[in-house]
Amino acid sequence: MATTVTPPVPGRRRRTPLARREARWAYVFLAPWIVGFLVFTAGPMVASLWLSFTEYDVINAPRWTGLDNYRQLVADPQVARSLGNTVYYTALHVPLVMLISLGLALLLKRVGRWQGFFRTVFYLPVMTPAVAVGILFLLLLNTQDGLINRGLALLGIDGPSWTTDPGWVMPGIVLMSLWSLGSTVIIYLAALQNVPRDLYEAADLDGAGAWARFRHVTLPMISGSLFFTLIVNTIASLQMFTEVYTMYFGNRQTQGSFNSDAASFYVIHLFQEAFQFLHMGFASAMAWLLFLIILIITAVQVKLSNRFVYYEGEDR
Amino acid sequence: MTTTSQPVGSGIASTAVAPVAAPRPEAREDGRRPRWQRILFVVALVAAAVIFMLPFVWLVSASLRPREYVFAPGFLPTPFAPDNYAEAWQAMPLLTWLFNSVVVGVAAAAAATLSSAWVAFGFAYFRFPGRNLLFGLVLATMMLPFAVTMIPTYLIWNRLGLVDTQVPLWAGNLFGSAFYIFLLRQFFLSLPREYFEAARVDGASYPQLFWKLAFPLIRPALLVAFVFEFKASWTDLIKPLIYLRNEQLYTLPRGLKVILDRFGYGGEQQWEIVLAGSVIATVPMIILFFLAQRHFVEGIATTGRKG
Repeated sequence: MATTVTPPVPGRRRRTPLARREARWAYVFLAPWIVGFLVFTAGPMVASLWLSFTEYDVINAPRWTGLDNYRQLVADPQVARSLGNTVYYTALHVPLVMLISLGLALLLKRVGRWQGFFRTVFYLPVMTPAVAVGILFLLLLNTQDGLINRGLALLGIDGPSWTTDPGWVMPGIVLMSLWSLGSTVIIYLAALQNVPRDLYEAADLDGAGAWARFRHVTLPMISGSLFFTLIVNTIASLQMFTEVYTMYFGNRQTQGSFNSDAASFYVIHLFQEAFQFLHMGFASAMAWLLFLIILIITAVQVKLSNRFVYYEGEDR
Repeated sequence: MTTTSQPVGSGIASTAVAPVAAPRPEAREDGRRPRWQRILFVVALVAAAVIFMLPFVWLVSASLRPREYVFAPGFLPTPFAPDNYAEAWQAMPLLTWLFNSVVVGVAAAAAATLSSAWVAFGFAYFRFPGRNLLFGLVLATMMLPFAVTMIPTYLIWNRLGLVDTQVPLWAGNLFGSAFYIFLLRQFFLSLPREYFEAARVDGASYPQLFWKLAFPLIRPALLVAFVFEFKASWTDLIKPLIYLRNEQLYTLPRGLKVILDRFGYGGEQQWEIVLAGSVIATVPMIILFFLAQRHFVEGIATTGRKG
């Protein structure tokens, strides 16, 4: 079978028939994503923005209420509570995850033959289904008989009531979240192993001590990964749902008790407004506020980290 | 939208060239560190590993004890009560839920992998107007919170009469997913272009290029996408919460939540059943990890995916 390939015409800027045929085929390949984007992303975004200005309970047609939902949103103490909890959690969870993961990755980097084994140990909790993690920590955090308070007792510490004292519910959740930091460890380990050895050798020749090597070689060289995990972990923890929902929500025994307030997260509250109380309009307004918050926080992080992140090949 | 400083793929490539032999006196190797430092290092590492493993040990052990011993001190399953598993198995349709999880997981993973590969090939091979803009849009969708599209997406499936079926749990994956499009595009880009142009000259069509040449060549990357999506589907609670009412259609996490609410909190504090259920939901993921360990580690190191 002979195919003719259009010879390139010198000096002509117009697109060749081949290029045009290629472009047509390109859109055949992109078609699933374009359709999916319109139906499941762009369309729903427009729809939820519109719904956020209405009152809608799925059964009756949406009723336009203007800015009512947003006014309620700002005044609603439960929304404020859940947002406060979520921000508090993120502010603790993200730096702790980064710090501990970096420590573990630095340890792992120095392991020889057993590196794979220890990497697996730190990653296995990530494989555990979030519902099982919630159940497991509900019991580990038990005041009298939980493993964690037993361990604290060995150190002579009288452990708090992690799951029943409203003041300790959030720290307990943060503690649980630290168990699943394995993917951040793997990202840092990969970054650490990418630092060129001659940089360390040069630092040694300059007589740099361990701290100077870390501060002036390691940190700048992995700053890209640190920045990346900062953004990804922040976005994810602002949307915390499954573990906490499993522990404190979704059944009559716990719902409405004091800790459903103390453990209320933004997306959990949003989910309940939407699918338990069928306040679809109000929940849509909540979703857009969350989107806005994520955009602002990410923008601030990008702005700030421009000063700290070192990009290879960049002259500074 | 988010950018990393590292070239993607460098994580794997350069670990292979880590120095093995070649003694360099000027580089401080572990053997040259003071003895107390090396001991401290081993102690810290082993302590951290023990702390991370203890919850697993306790979970398995407590799930094998009689009810009144669940919270007993120690890590040994004594007295030994494997009947907990039989009891859990009889109390709830665990086998059905396991089966549902496998079916939904395979459908979700296959749909996401195939469609994302198809789209990724489009981005990697073709040159067309608006390519960079569209690809930027693909990446931007990764930042969009699930909550923003959650309600209208529910309304779509509701309108189609597919709420309370398992279809919404996987069918959305048929349209490619940004994360895997990004991942697979990187792998397609690493294939030499002349290879495809030669096949074109020999008369291969574009779909043939994809199926016969590109697709088989990036099999390791396809496995990365498959295992990640399978895991994501297996552990997901929020979609089953939104879409499933009928208990017979539940996936394991949704079923596990019912077990917790019915036997743990609500019932007679039968925590041994709740724990046995948790072990049953977790073990397949542990097995999957050991089967596909390399793919998980590669996938995280190259793309920085969380979880």
